[in-house]
Amino acid sequence: MEETIQNKPVKPQAEAAAAPAKPAVVPEAVPAENLVVSTLVEPEKLHGEMLRLKNEEGMDFLELITGEDWGEEGLGCVYNLWSTTTGKRAYIKAVAKDRENPFLPTVSDLWDIANIYEREVFDFYGIRFLGHPDMRRVFLREDWVGYPMRKDDKPEEQNDLRMNNFVYADKTTQYDCDADGQVHETEHIVFSPEDYVVNIGPQHPSTHGVLHFRVALEGERIKKIDPILGYIHRGIEKLNESYTYPQTLALTDRMDYLGAMQSRHALCMAIEKAAGIEVSERVQYVRTIMDELQRIDSHILFFSCLCQDMGATTAFLYGFRDRERVLDIFEETCGGRLILNYNMIGGLAHDIHPDFQKHVKAFIPYMRKNIKEYYDIFINNVIARNRLIGVGVLSKEDVISGGCTGPTGRASGWSNDVRKHAPYATYDKVEFSEVLRTEGDSYARLLNRMDEIEQSLHIIEQLVDNIPEGTYQTKTKPIIKLPEGTYYSAVEGSRGEFGVFVESKGDKSPYRMHYRSTGLPLVAIMDKACRDELIADMMAINGTLDYVVPDIDR
Amino acid sequence: MFDLQNWTTALHEWMLGILPEWAAILIESVLVALIIITLYAVFAIVLIYLERKICAFFQCRLGPNRVGKWGLLQVFSDVFKMLQKEIIRMRKSDRFLHDLAPYLVVTASMLTFACLPWNKGGHIIDFNIGIFFMLAVSSIGVVGILLAGLGSNSKYPMIGAMRAGAQLISYEISIGLTMLTMVALTGTMQISEIVQQQYDNGWNIIRGHIPALIAFIVYLIAGNAECNRGPFDLPEGESELTAGYHTEYSGMHFGYYYLAEYLNLFIAAGIASTIFLGGWAPLHIAGLDGFNGVMDLIPGFVWFVGKTFFVVLLLMWERWTFPRLRIDHILSLEWKYLMPISLFNLLLMALVVVLGLGININ
Repeated sequence: MEETIQNKPVKPQAEAAAAPAKPAVVPEAVPAENLVVSTLVEPEKLHGEMLRLKNEEGMDFLELITGEDWGEEGLGCVYNLWSTTTGKRAYIKAVAKDRENPFLPTVSDLWDIANIYEREVFDFYGIRFLGHPDMRRVFLREDWVGYPMRKDDKPEEQNDLRMNNFVYADKTTQYDCDADGQVHETEHIVFSPEDYVVNIGPQHPSTHGVLHFRVALEGERIKKIDPILGYIHRGIEKLNESYTYPQTLALTDRMDYLGAMQSRHALCMAIEKAAGIEVSERVQYVRTIMDELQRIDSHILFFSCLCQDMGATTAFLYGFRDRERVLDIFEETCGGRLILNYNMIGGLAHDIHPDFQKHVKAFIPYMRKNIKEYYDIFINNVIARNRLIGVGVLSKEDVISGGCTGPTGRASGWSNDVRKHAPYATYDKVEFSEVLRTEGDSYARLLNRMDEIEQSLHIIEQLVDNIPEGTYQTKTKPIIKLPEGTYYSAVEGSRGEFGVFVESKGDKSPYRMHYRSTGLPLVAIMDKACRDELIADMMAINGTLDYVVPDIDR
Repeated sequence: MFDLQNWTTALHEWMLGILPEWAAILIESVLVALIIITLYAVFAIVLIYLERKICAFFQCRLGPNRVGKWGLLQVFSDVFKMLQKEIIRMRKSDRFLHDLAPYLVVTASMLTFACLPWNKGGHIIDFNIGIFFMLAVSSIGVVGILLAGLGSNSKYPMIGAMRAGAQLISYEISIGLTMLTMVALTGTMQISEIVQQQYDNGWNIIRGHIPALIAFIVYLIAGNAECNRGPFDLPEGESELTAGYHTEYSGMHFGYYYLAEYLNLFIAAGIASTIFLGGWAPLHIAGLDGFNGVMDLIPGFVWFVGKTFFVVLLLMWERWTFPRLRIDHILSLEWKYLMPISLFNLLLMALVVVLGLGININ
């Protein structure tokens, strides 16, 4: 999908500094399709350059910030920018040379989503962002010592097993740099003692996983939401640094368990393109069908969980009844129902089951019939409509700035479907439409997903009879090594753009592997979506935003 | 028609023959209390089983089917489990209020339960302001819920109790008004008299036709709201408040709330069948004497329980179909729609009574 590779020049990092753009040094071999060529920008100029890109080149979408540890060179970040209007991409790299006290300027005033991305980088790499209003850890405990993603960090030695509870600080710090380079600290208050703070989570029926919100209430009205993440963080990205490429595949299914196919598809695609491995046409067809089945599975579960959150338990089980059919199809071919382990580098783990096509074809009319029941029992119900219409409205600016891709963004009128904008697998061969709505409320998000089920069925319908013959697994070398460089591939996951960012030093394991979580932006925007709504609306909103926690806590 | 009064009088006279009057009355009171508690427990178990099975069938599943044949022993084992559970007391809760609250809820529901007319002559509490008494004792339950929220000293119960207070007090108005409508029709507040009239003149829902039907529908909605059951289960509001006002309760204290919830469902349905569907009065169709004679052979308590379970089924259908309302929607439903409708309906019923427009089968 990365045909939009930037013609931004590569600059040898030593002479990076203020030098203006120079033509790229052309490598001998043809560069991989998804090679990331980033521009190095001096920390002092970073904010100005980002502002210029945003305003003048229309780079309205900050896709990802990847923290990195480049050893001697320093710590830093790679910023992925994507213009949703022109389709151009830009990759900006910034390095903080001082490993003891690394500072970079914040871009959280330009993009809302940068707020939580920069907190993630701070959490794992210890880079402090100057001017960031809320420099707290986001995944790790507040009393954690060290920054575990640094290559020289020793988490086990610095952190004993703590047997004590700790109280979340109600204060946060902002770091600012004045003209003569002195850094000042300013304290901000997250919750004042007067606030009536209710904990929603970490064990709560409607957070869909181990997620914790601190919610300040005024009566039943929400004043502020502060998400606390990391309860099930497993350090997948850190683990990947010591795994070989085929080993890293095992963990993607365990992130977004309702997007297992798509996440693993993205990772396989990133590695295949970087290593120049060709996959057969058959594999592409099967992967597309599987991705769409997974999307249907996820959207049905979305409907079910939303109904459960809204107290419509019968509708909840209707969804489960139908999802069962999708899981049966998965089980038949993959052996797994939730953890599917199907995509492999260069192909698939095994060929499709002989009955696969028959069952998929039977499922399509079955689902089309049953989706009408969803409308009858819940979607057209007057109580449901009253509770969803006009609740949790997000404007198009909000979703772009907050990086909310997927059906959530499309419900606010933001066209961001990776399948349309940068087709991969066989999406350029099938006819389907990107479902867009402009209301931006919870009801639009619900309807969007229902319509996407129909679109997915339509896609599957076109492909299932035409799966070409061919091998399901291309022969690969026993040890897969990626050529030195940085690679980024993205797919349209069930709830937004799922991206894989790989930096390779030419070894058999990645130097840094970072995933663009589809759920993190959705959690980050909860505060904005829920402000001044009732606490009961919070359940409707987080139901319709539809995040999956293991994908946030990677 | 089978009249329980004959039996009770005979029993009373037999006891007077061998005991002084005070002892006879004492023994009778104890007997009645035992009967109420037994019935209460039996109906709770039946209702819980019924709800689990019915909701399962609504939801395309089987429901409990492992413990005993068709899962019949499931509820017993659940009760047994709950009896063994430790009652956990929070360090910073108000011990007295926290422990008192479930008893208030259960007491209110038992007192209301005792008002139901089980059979001809089979009512336990029955006097000239029976309907008033019933309304009064059923409201004690609100106090229990508010105290649960207050005494727990915890945030979810507090919000749940605030919601419950607002909701229950609001919906009592509708319940009161619909009952008043039917009292206007029958001209008496004595429950046994209300049912006797329906035996003589036909069920109230037919006698009072349009206003009675409106009142019945309003009652079904408000009655469900009074029981804190879906779609009005906001005080519990599982998805936002985990378990609402009884979040901090465990063991049998929680069990009391659970019990009271199901019995309140039965009571709400029982009241509906008493004041609208004729209580123990059998179905009579004017002119068909043979049919009426056969109907009279079926004992009154079968009619009463049958009608009550029919209404229970209606309420369960409502609960398992609709999503939960939001607190502001719930209050605007009451104050903007149900209460004006009930007030207007009361006026309509008054007109029907004054102008003699009611249908009388005799």
